[in-house]
Amino acid sequence: MTDLLTQLPPDPIYDRRKQIQERAAKTIGRRTLISRAYISMLMGCFIIALIPLGSVIYALINKGIAAISWTFLTALPSQPNLMQQDAIGGIGNAILGTIIIDLLAGLVAVPIGVLLGLYLAEATSRVADFLRAITEIMTGIPSILLGVFAYEYVVVPTKQFSGLAGIVALGVLMVPVIAKASEISFRGVPSTLREAGLALGARDSKIAKSITLPVAAPGVITGVLLSLARAMGETAPILLVVGASGAWNFNPLKPISALPLLTYNYSGSQYPSQRAAAWGVALALVTMILILSLTARIVSARMRREKR
Amino acid sequence: MMQTKEPSFNGSSEVAERVSHSATSDRPYKFVLKGAAFFFGAVVLVFVWSVLQAAWPALRQNGFHLITGTSWVAGGNGPFGAFALIADTLITTLIALLIAVPIGISSALALLFLVPPKFRTIGASLVELLAAVPSVVYGLWGLWYLTPWLSHTVQPFLAGITGSQFPFSGPQQGFSLLLAGIVLSVMILPTIVAISRDVISVVPVDLIEGGLSLGATRSQVFTKVILPTSKTGIMGAIVLGAGRALGETIAVAMVIGSNIQMPKSLFSTGGTLASTIATEFGDASGNTGAALAALALILMVITASVNAFARVLTNRAKATA
Repeated sequence: MTDLLTQLPPDPIYDRRKQIQERAAKTIGRRTLISRAYISMLMGCFIIALIPLGSVIYALINKGIAAISWTFLTALPSQPNLMQQDAIGGIGNAILGTIIIDLLAGLVAVPIGVLLGLYLAEATSRVADFLRAITEIMTGIPSILLGVFAYEYVVVPTKQFSGLAGIVALGVLMVPVIAKASEISFRGVPSTLREAGLALGARDSKIAKSITLPVAAPGVITGVLLSLARAMGETAPILLVVGASGAWNFNPLKPISALPLLTYNYSGSQYPSQRAAAWGVALALVTMILILSLTARIVSARMRREKR
Repeated sequence: MMQTKEPSFNGSSEVAERVSHSATSDRPYKFVLKGAAFFFGAVVLVFVWSVLQAAWPALRQNGFHLITGTSWVAGGNGPFGAFALIADTLITTLIALLIAVPIGISSALALLFLVPPKFRTIGASLVELLAAVPSVVYGLWGLWYLTPWLSHTVQPFLAGITGSQFPFSGPQQGFSLLLAGIVLSVMILPTIVAISRDVISVVPVDLIEGGLSLGATRSQVFTKVILPTSKTGIMGAIVLGAGRALGETIAVAMVIGSNIQMPKSLFSTGGTLASTIATEFGDASGNTGAALAALALILMVITASVNAFARVLTNRAKATA
C-alpha cells in the first residue's frame, strides 16, 4: 500500500507550488523594499496635502488677528485717502450684511430643500429620477452662473443692486445641497419604522411628520447648517449682484455689504492698510463659517446620542 | 362566541373605512411635496433660460466664432471669441488635476490604511476643514504667499529646466496660469480625497485579506486589488474635482493676472471663463454684457456635462459595490 503511494507520479501542482514559493521567497526582499517606498510615498503625499491647510490657518491667525480689534468688528468702514492711509474703519455692516443675506437665503431654501429631499426619497417615478439628476447636477454648477441669473432676474428688473438678488442667488445654490443631504438622511430611516406607522393606519403626511422627519432630523439639520456655511463664503454670485454699501443696512432691497465681497475688494486695494485688513475680514468670515460647521457636528452628534 | 366577535368586526371595518378615507384625503401632502419639487425644477429651468436669453445677442452676433475666435476686447462691441478663455480654463484645470489627483488618492489610501487609527478621524476632519475654507480666502492666500514663492523659487527652477523655453518661458511674475492651477489643486483636493476615501472604504475586506494571504505586500494590495476594484468610483471623484476646478471663480480671478490673451506658456497671465465673468461683469458696456453671458452659457454646458458624467460614474460604482 505504502509502496503504491510512493510510486505514484508526483502531482504537477506540487511542482508549480514549489516554483511559486521559490519565486516569492526570492523576490520578497525587493517587494518589501518597493512596498516600504510606496507606503512612505503615500504618507508623504498625505503630509503634502496638509501643508496648504496649515499655511492657510497660520496666515489667517497670524495676519488676521493683527488686523482685528473691537472697533474693526463693530465700526463702519471708511475710505482711506492719501492723507489718512490707515483710516480703514471697520466691518460691522459687512458682518450684519452677511448674516442677513445668509439667514434670509436659508429661510427660503430650507423648506424647499427639505421638501424636495422628501420628494426625492419617496417618489419613484421617472419624473423623480429626472429631478434627482437635476438636483445633483445643480450641486456642482459654478456659483457665478447663479450670479448671472440673479442679475438678469432681480437686478435688471428692479434697476438696483440689492441684498435680495444675493438672497436669490444663494438660495438657489443652497436648495440642492439641502435636498441631497435630506434625501440621504430620509432614506436612512429604517423602513420598519415607516411600516409600523402604516400598520397603525397613519397617513403619509402623519408618517412624514411623526416618524421620518424626527428620525432623520440630525442629518437634515447638519445638511442645512453646512449649506449655510457654504453659502456664507460664496463670493462670486455676491460680487455680481449685491452692490456695495458703507452704511448699516437692514433693508435687503438696497445694496448691502458682505464679508466675502469685502475680502475680495480689499485684497486688490492700492492701500497697504486695506490689503492687510483683508486678512482680518477673512478671519472674521472663516470664524463664522467654522462656528456653523462645528454647530452642525455637535448638533448631529448630540441628537444621535439622544436617540439611543 | 360569534356574537361577541361581531362588534369588534364592526369596529375594525369602521377603522378600515377611516383609513381608506384618510388615504384618499392625503392629497395635500403629496401636493406640497410635488409642489416643492416642481418649483425647484421650474427655477432651474428659468435659470437656464435666463442665461440663454442674456447670451442670445452674443450668439447671434458671433456664432461659432464665440468658441473658435480669439478676438476679445473688453468693453468693446466685438466680435468676441472666447478660445483663449476656454484654453486657459482647460489648462488650469489640467494643472490642478495633475497635482491634486496623485496627492488626493494617496491621501485617501493613507487616511484609510496607514494613519494610526487614533488619528483617522482627525485627519478626515482636517480634510473637511480644507473644504470649508471659502474660495476668496484661498485667493488671498495665493496672492500673499504663493505669488512670491512662485516668482522667487518655482518659476526660476522650472525655467532652469527648459532653459526658459516653452512651456516655462516668459516673465516670472508669480501671477500665471501655473499659479491658478496650483491654487485650484489645493481647492479640489478635499473633493478628491473625500470621495475616493468613500469608494475605497467599500472595497470588500475579503479581497484585501485574500491578497495579503497570498503573500502580496501592502503596495501590491494597494495597486493590484484596492485601486482596480474602486477604479470607477475614483474616476467619478476625479471628474467631480475637474468640474469644481472648471467653475471656480474668485480664487482664480485673484491669482491668474486677469488678462485675455492666447496662452503662450504656463507663465502667461490669462483668464478662465468663470474668472473673466467675475472681473469684467461690473463694468461691462456695449455688447460685452451679452458676450459675458455667452461665457456663462459655455461654462454651464461644460460643467453640467462634466457633473452628469461624474454622476454616471459614481452611480455605476455604487451599483457594482
